Order: sequence, then structure tokens, then C-alpha cells
Amino acid sequence: MTATELNVLRDSAKAKLTAGSASGPAARIVVGYATCGIAAGAKPVLESLKKELADLGLTNVSVEEVGCIGMCQYEPIVEVYTPGAEKVTYVKMTAGRAARVVSSHIANGKVVAEYTIGAATGEAPEGGVIPLSETAFYKKQRRAALRNCGVINPESLEDYIAMDGYQALAKALTSMQPGDVIQVLKDSGLRGRGGGGFPTGTKWSFTAAQPPGKKYVVCNADEGDPGAFMDRSVLEGDPHSVVEAMALCGFATGSDEGYVYVRAEYPIAVLHLEKAIADARAAGLLGKNILGTDFSFDLHIRLGAGAFVCGEETALMTSIEGNRGEPRPRPPYPAIKGLFGKPTTENNVETFANVPQIILRGAEHFNCVGTEKSKGTKVFALGGKITNTGLVEIPMGTTLREIIEEIGGGIPNGKRFKAAQTGGPSGGCIPEALIDTPVDYDNLSAIGSMMGSGGLIVMDEDNCMVDMARFFLDFTVDESCGKCNPCRIGTKRMMELLEKITEGNATLEDLDKLEELAYHIKENSLCGLGQTAPNPVLANMRHFRDEFVAHVVEKKCRAGVCKALLNYYIIPEKCKGCTACKRVCPVNAITGNVKEPHVINTDLCIKCGACQATCKFGAIIKQ
Amino acid sequence: MAISEAVKTVNLKINGMDVTVPAGSTILEAARSIGLEIPTLCYLKEINEIGACRICVVEVKGARSLVTACVFPVAEGMEVFTNTEKVRRSRKLTLELILSTHDKNCLSCVRSGTCELQQLCKEFGVDDPDYYKGENIRYEFDDSMAHMVRDNNKCILCRRCVAACDNQCISVIGANARGFDTHISSPFDRDLDSVSCISCGQCIVNCPTGAIVEKDETAKVIAAINDPSKFVVVHTAPSIRVTLGEAFGMKIGTNVQGKMVAALRRLGFNKVFDTDFGADLTIMEEANELVERVKNGGVLPMITSCSPGWVKYCEHYYPDLLPHLSSCKSPQQMQGAVLKSWYAQKMGIDPKDMFVVGIMPCTAKKFENKRDHQHAVDGLPDVDVSLTTRELARMIESAGIFFRDLPDEDYDNPLGEATGAAVIFGATGGVMEAALRTAVETITGEQLPNVDFTQVRGTEGVKEAEYEVGGLQVKVAVASGTKNAKILMDKVRAGEGGYTFIEIMGCPGGCVNGGGQPIQHAVVRNFHDLRTLRAQTLYEADRSLPLRKSHESPAIKMIYSEFLGQPGSHKAHELLHTEYTPRPKYN
Repeated sequence: MTATELNVLRDSAKAKLTAGSASGPAARIVVGYATCGIAAGAKPVLESLKKELADLGLTNVSVEEVGCIGMCQYEPIVEVYTPGAEKVTYVKMTAGRAARVVSSHIANGKVVAEYTIGAATGEAPEGGVIPLSETAFYKKQRRAALRNCGVINPESLEDYIAMDGYQALAKALTSMQPGDVIQVLKDSGLRGRGGGGFPTGTKWSFTAAQPPGKKYVVCNADEGDPGAFMDRSVLEGDPHSVVEAMALCGFATGSDEGYVYVRAEYPIAVLHLEKAIADARAAGLLGKNILGTDFSFDLHIRLGAGAFVCGEETALMTSIEGNRGEPRPRPPYPAIKGLFGKPTTENNVETFANVPQIILRGAEHFNCVGTEKSKGTKVFALGGKITNTGLVEIPMGTTLREIIEEIGGGIPNGKRFKAAQTGGPSGGCIPEALIDTPVDYDNLSAIGSMMGSGGLIVMDEDNCMVDMARFFLDFTVDESCGKCNPCRIGTKRMMELLEKITEGNATLEDLDKLEELAYHIKENSLCGLGQTAPNPVLANMRHFRDEFVAHVVEKKCRAGVCKALLNYYIIPEKCKGCTACKRVCPVNAITGNVKEPHVINTDLCIKCGACQATCKFGAIIKQ
Repeated sequence: MAISEAVKTVNLKINGMDVTVPAGSTILEAARSIGLEIPTLCYLKEINEIGACRICVVEVKGARSLVTACVFPVAEGMEVFTNTEKVRRSRKLTLELILSTHDKNCLSCVRSGTCELQQLCKEFGVDDPDYYKGENIRYEFDDSMAHMVRDNNKCILCRRCVAACDNQCISVIGANARGFDTHISSPFDRDLDSVSCISCGQCIVNCPTGAIVEKDETAKVIAAINDPSKFVVVHTAPSIRVTLGEAFGMKIGTNVQGKMVAALRRLGFNKVFDTDFGADLTIMEEANELVERVKNGGVLPMITSCSPGWVKYCEHYYPDLLPHLSSCKSPQQMQGAVLKSWYAQKMGIDPKDMFVVGIMPCTAKKFENKRDHQHAVDGLPDVDVSLTTRELARMIESAGIFFRDLPDEDYDNPLGEATGAAVIFGATGGVMEAALRTAVETITGEQLPNVDFTQVRGTEGVKEAEYEVGGLQVKVAVASGTKNAKILMDKVRAGEGGYTFIEIMGCPGGCVNGGGQPIQHAVVRNFHDLRTLRAQTLYEADRSLPLRKSHESPAIKMIYSEFLGQPGSHKAHELLHTEYTPRPKYN
């Protein structure tokens, strides 16, 4: 394929994708069919749509599987494109609802208002419909990295080409020098989306500056932060954007070979990526003489076996090389001596996904949003105690309050917001006092957290911050590779100190010891995993020190999470003597006669909480 | 970023002092150039540069965190601080963490006194070994091998053993599991005897603690000495005389032959002999075998078989090439076989009552004397016990012998008499040189004008030389360390090289650097070439001896005339030759 042929294909593909166009379908139905959608039941919905269309003889309607649309709690999601009308988003779909959408909306032009997103969120007027883009969840988002996710069929090269896919590569190969590509990237201000935030253009320039010879491009798709799934969504929903970006990187840095290191736990991402690479190769967009030029570049996939540390760039390369995934000391940096000892450029999925649009539309298209030092948008996986869980892409500089209260819809069940955690096990909790912080790399670091790869977990008053610190540390203790002493032994010893605190056995000296050890691990560990492992503990000790002290001095867990520090009691005034709790107690710790207040023997109680869950009168409390 | 080719040096400041070092140096090397020793634990120059232990951390102005001096390259204008409060506190804390997982049973640990962890704890004033006391994992010992015991409870995961094993191209040990559960063991946690460990012991000499030690057999020897019915004979390998002194604080490369003999007498051995006799005998048999192979179209190149680590390597990795191995037993085994036959007869001793002890630089010797076909006389083992240099040093120490003050004494005869050719067996290339001295004279029938075959000397991994012998072009090769052996063996397997005779030693540098030799701390190993320092004393000893060719040894002449007849005779074959067995990599 040449650049001209690519343009021809784009125009025809675009037409085919447009409902109502000469070569397009009468209507286009898409089903969110990423891992999350499938898990929520998208398969019977898809089958029902197809069956109903067939039964009604609606042959000119296309039904396609697309990637993640972003709203986890509203899955399965179906969207309907009809000519001359706004796209309609149906949520919480079932096979039955799907059949009704076909018979009503597709066959008779009547939107089923009660199934739409506006009805589900309560934002649309009774019986009315609002577009997805006007919901609170979407209004403040700006989709750049995720622009094709949920829009195109990720398994179709043609769909990607219809959305200007491979135009950036064609532009670079036919009208730019490698240095120009790097300059545009530098001007755009794009920084690494994997967590470190290193300027991408500068990173590419280091590899480009190395003498000609074998060089590699590596895509880090070993997304491992608990609760983070941005990269999976991109690979599942728009794999060609990564393939195109890696080819661009190869062109800019003088490399002819790349590796995508992706978790084996992402089977659909792997499948889609495999197909994307094969299709691109077959179309002459990968391999020898791409688009008829002198540039050749090809890609391989390597599956990660599930070690978190392999997300660290040197460990990842060691793993690709076939060795135990362990980090190696830097310098030498990968740009000088990386994969197989050769100069290597490594970026994560989201970083790459941003690149084609920057090259195609220019730096300004990207850096027109963002803060002074953090340009563009960032994808976050929103989770925890929040109404709207899901995948959101927001301009840098959006405040945490906007993300949590507006996009996220606030804290459910009338609970009070306590903290937001960013950066996964490398980050830290951000307290309510700092909720107006505009999100960017530097601001998050300054308040003791970090951008990380994009996990954002919201906590409410029921979360104990000592326990949260313990939770994240438990993860790094488990995922430490075991190579360097501070991380291998230090995190374990920190963990033991935290357990001592949550069990009420710690002294104030233990708090000092914990802090000293945390700083030691930060300063002395070999790789980023160890250097950031203490962050969740340090951030929580900084922002919620009173909770730590309460555990140590008063032996109290105010959130009522740390079992060793709480007891269940029956409030006699509220107890009706119904005996329900007594019957459900597994250890016979509750005594009392019928219609008389009961009593819990705290010595026997195992704090399972069964009594409290059973009591209809709210007579049982824990404190 | 890139340093231009023209710039060959870098200027930096260490603790405020100006330092100029070659570009590409590490902070550790730069500090050393001005006499500053930065402590290390995991670092082994060129072998284990992994920056894992974090003991060598230093402060670099402007750096985000502390950096590891062992691997961090210097840069122009860099300012380094090696001894600040922060650095010292960090090192101490790391040591406290290590100690929290370490079996601190130091009182009777064989490495007490030579333990690098112990020394660092002393230097950094670690006064509370339980400061970070916490949960620990108890590991079972792996004593499945004849030569060593691994005690992971004392392992500090510096990975030096792993690097040493990788450097031998064996790689049968590595890190298993992860995080706090990480431990060093064989693949799938199998016992070492079920994988292709060659018993070379390089892991032992590189271990900073007591996590890997030789299997101590001194008790058996002491019991034999104390048994009045036993006639206990000891013989010492060529290299022991230049290494034993190190165990008593003497300078590396000191020749302590006389004191060693004196010490052995004081330990109560009935006779003290020199394995050099066995080495001369080996040359007689091996040179003869080579000449026979050349004359009769036998399998060539012929390869030496003195090193049991190498022999085991060949059995595991190149079983198809076993016909290339000389059928000669090693000097230790030849010595044992003639002790229990010729010498026993001469002395009127029942070989059953004779107990032969070899003092060896080698841990594989412990395996060798348990091999099949090493029981020449009445099914008795040729050698009953092989002790390493280290075990001998411990026996001397525990017997209260003031080693450094001992007089020089001579070996007993006739098996204490040897030539310079035998002494150099202890260095890589030595067997080749000794064999050439005899083979050339045997073939040409003429006296060599110069017995020094210097081309085969030195610590280079693979050496080649070509000689004209009696009108024949003879190409020889020498390799030490199985990594280098692999290079030659791949050539031999491919039918390349055109070699007639190859010498291979299992350990890098040969026996002077054997797995049974006194342990020097990594700090010493990193900045001094033990192989050269020890070997040069052997070559000095060779030069100082009146006889430097095995076939000129009166003792050798005597044993052939009295007992063996000719080299390669039926009797010689019965006593002095052996067989090899292909071995799988996993069993």
C-alpha cells in the first residue's frame, strides 16, 4: 500500500462506517465488547440484537463489537447510530432490552428512552433522551488516547483507517525527517503516561542520538497497578494506534524492530494486538518497505507471566530477553544499552496511543489543553467508593474534586469523602483538604502521591488509613522481585510494623522505626518499585498521622476496620430481645432471654459481624 | 550525553578531593584510586555487577537517591561523598535488615573470621542484630552433593554464587520464588545432585558468608589418625604449598611447602608425601598415551583428565566427546593407587590398614574419590578422604599448631620426590607444559634446549600454541574454567581447531584458583589477580628445582623399574587408568 492508496481506502472506509451514506448501513449498532462488557453480559445482548434484526429482516443494519465505552457500572452498553440523529446510548442492557431496542428504535424509529444513559443517571427529563456527551460523566472528559475506543471495531484495520489511522505514519514517512517527528513530540509536551512522566520527545531523542545500528522500540503493556485498566482498554479497543505509534517511534529513532510486552492475563488485548499486527503487516503498514518507502519495521509480542516488577523498564527488558524479570542498575539507561544490550526506546501503551494524533495534527492539537508542565489528557480508572466507576480521560489540570464529585458522581450511600489514592502501590492517599489540587505530574508528586499509570481509588469515612497503607504495602511485599535488600527485607519488616499497629501492639517508637525504614527503602532500593513502595505508608502517615497515633496510643481504629481494635456491643435501649443475633452467632458469644436486651461476651466474640448484619433494629455497634 | 572519543579521562571530586580517572570508571574504582575503600558485598568485578546489596551506596550531589558506587559510572564534575552520616546510617540499616533474616549462629560457623557480613557489621557498629527482628523462613540444608553443603539460612542473596556458576557456564543455581521468599537453589528447587553441578566449588570461594561450604571431612581424618591400627598417609597437591599460608594471614603467593610438611607431621600423619610424585607419574602415562594415539590413529585431540570438575563437566555436557579424554587417572588418584599397591608392598602394610588423605585445592576431588573405577587395590578407594586447603588449615588451627613459626621440613620418600614439571600442574597450562617437556624428548630422543613453553602460561581463558616435534606440526590448546572449555569443546565437536592435545582445568586459572582454596574477600579478589600471584610462585619453584622433566625423576624411574614396567603397561593400566560415564543434565 502507498500513501495515496491509504487515502483512497480511508475515504471508502469512512463512508462504509457512516450510517446512511451511500455505501454505509442504514443504521449502525455497536456493543461494548471489551473484557468488562463481556463480563457484564454483552454476549447475550449481541446475540439478541443479531437475532432480532434477522427476524425482522433488517439486513442493512450493522452490528459491531467495539472496545470499552468507559462506564463500568452501566455495562452492557449498546450505542445506536442512525443517519441525521445524535448517537443514542443504551445502558444496563439485557437480551430482552436489546430485542426491544431493535423492534422499537431500529425498526420504527422510536428511541427507548427508559433504557438510555440519561434515564439511568436521572439527568434526562422524564421520557426524554440526552446524548452521552452531555452527561456529567462525559461532559468534562476529552478523549484523545481513547478516541477510538468504543467507536470502531478494534479487529478491523479498515475501521482504524477510516478514523485517519496510519495517516500520521504516512505523513512522517513521506514528508518528515526523523528529527522533525521528535521535534513535534517535544513541542507537544507529551510526558510518559506510565507514571514517571519523562518527556517522550526527549526520550526518543536519546535513542535517536545513538550511532546507527540495531535499536529497539518497546511498548510496556504490563499494566499491573491494582484497579488500573487503561492500557488494557486501549489495546482491546484500539490496538492499531499503538502499532502505528511504535512504527513512528522506529522511524524517529532509527529502529526496525519492536516488542510489545503485554500481560498474559489480558487475553483479548493480546488477540486484538496479534490481529492488528498481522493485518498491518499484510497491508504493508508493517514489515519491509512500509507504504512503499525505504522504512522497514516489524513487531513481536511477548507475554508477561504476571510479575508486577516487569512493568519496570529494565526488568521488562530482562524478561523479554528470556531471563527472570528483575531490574538492573541504571545507568546505563535503556536509550544507551537496553534490550539485548542495544539502544532502546520504551513507552507505555497510553503514551504511544497519543502519538499518532500529535504527529498528524501537530503539537498544538495536543498541548492546547493541560497545565504548564503537563500537557494533554490523562486516562484514569476510577474505582472504590464512588458512584460512577469507570474509565475517564480528563484534561490535565482538572481538579480531583471535579473528577470525584462531577464525573464520578460523588460518594455513594451518603458517606463522607475521606481520601483519593492515585499512583497505585507507588502513590499515596490525598486527603480532603487537598481535593482541589489540579491533577498533573508535579502537583501530585508535591503532595506525596504520584500520577502513576492512572488508578484512582476513592475512599470514604469507613476506610481506615492505616489499613489502606497496609493493603498497598502488602501488594509490594508480594511483588518485590527479591533482588535488593531494602525492598526484599525492608518492605516485609515495614509490613510487620504496620500489622503491629493494626493489632494494637505497637509503641510510638515503632512509628518512628516505620518512618525511618520507609525513608531508607526509598533512598536505597534498586528500582522504582522499591523506591516508591513506602509511598502509601509515608503519605498516609503525613496526612493521617492522628489515625496512626490513635491506633498506637488509644488502641482505637476510628473507621472500625482493624478487627483487633474493635468490639461489638449491643445497645440495651435498642435491643428488642428478638434473639436473631443470638441464633446467628457462630461462637455462642451472645446471651439473653426473649424480649430482654442481649449481651455480647467480647472475650468469646470473633468479630465476624454476623450479628450486626442480622439485627433489624440497629442495636449492634462496633467501636 | 555521549562522551566524545577524544576525552579519555574524567575529573570529579570525592569527599572534596580532586580525582582524575579514565572515562568509564565506576565511583568505586575512582575512590580506590585515592585510597578509599568503599565496602561492597554483592560486587564481583566483571562477574557480578548487579548493584543488589546496596552496601556500597554513596551520595552524589544532585542525585535523587543514594547511588551504588560499584556500578555507577563517574561523570565530569561529579561530586561524590562516600562517608557521610547518611551513607553510614544507610549501610548500617541495610546490614540490620540483612541480619534480620540471617542465621546468626556465628560462634561455630566455619566462616567466622572470614565472613564478609561479620566484618561489615563490625565496621559499621551493628550492635543490635535483632533491631529489625521479624518473621523468617527456615530452609532445609542441601547436602546432596559429595563436596558441599548449602545452608540458605545463612544466605544473604548477594548472588555471587549464581554469578560464579554462570561464569562457569553451568548455571545450575539461581534465584527461585520472589520477594521475601526469594532463595537460591537449583531449578524447581531440586537437590543439587539431581542437576548438572560439576562440583567445582567456585560458588564456595565466592560466598561471603557460611551459606555454601565444603562438606567437612576432617573428623574422618582425625579419627583415622587416632586409630592405632591405621597407617595414615597424606599427600599434598602442587598448588597447596602456595596458598595454605593465606589461611594464616601470610602474603598471597607465599611458598609454605616446608611449614606445611612440618604441620602435617605434627598433626600425626605417619607419612607426608607430595602429590607432585603422582603428577610426574601422570605425565609419564599421559605422554605415552598421547604418543600411542598419534602413532596408532587414536582419537585426537587427546584431552587431559586431571581436573575432576572438568571431567564431570564433559560427562554432563559433552558426553559424545568422552573418547577424547585421556584414560589417565588424576595425580591424586594415581598417588593413592601406588600408595596402596607399590608402597604398601614395599612397607609390608596391608592396604586395608592404610588410610590415604589427599590435601587438594579442589572440592570436586571429594566427588572424584567416590567415583567408580577409582578403586584399584582390592576394591579399596585409591584415596580415602580428600580435604580442601581450607579444611587442612582448620585442622592445623584446632590442633594448636603455630603455623607461621614452624621450621621447614622435607617430604618423606620416595613419594615425596618430584620435578618442576609436577609443581606447575597447579597453574593453567602447567600440565600441558609438563607433558610437552616429556613428550617432545620421548619423540625426538633429544634433550630440549629450553624447557619453558611460555606460550601456554598465563591466565588467559583460551591459549593456543603450535610446535614442531620430530618433523610433526603439533597444535595444542589450553583452557581453564568450563566457560572456556566450552569454547574449545564446541570446536572439537565441530571438527575444527586441528588440535592434537588439549589441557583443560575446571576452575578459572587452574588449581591455584580452585574451589577448595583459602577464601579471600571479594574486595581482595576484585583488585588483585589471585591466579597470577599464586601461579608465579609455582613457576618460581619449578625454576629452582634441579630436575624439571617428569621422566628424569629418580622416583619415577624407580617405580617403573621396580613395579610398573613401562608406561602404559598392563599393570599401569590396572592401577593408573580409569573410565568415564555419560551423565544426564537432570536425573
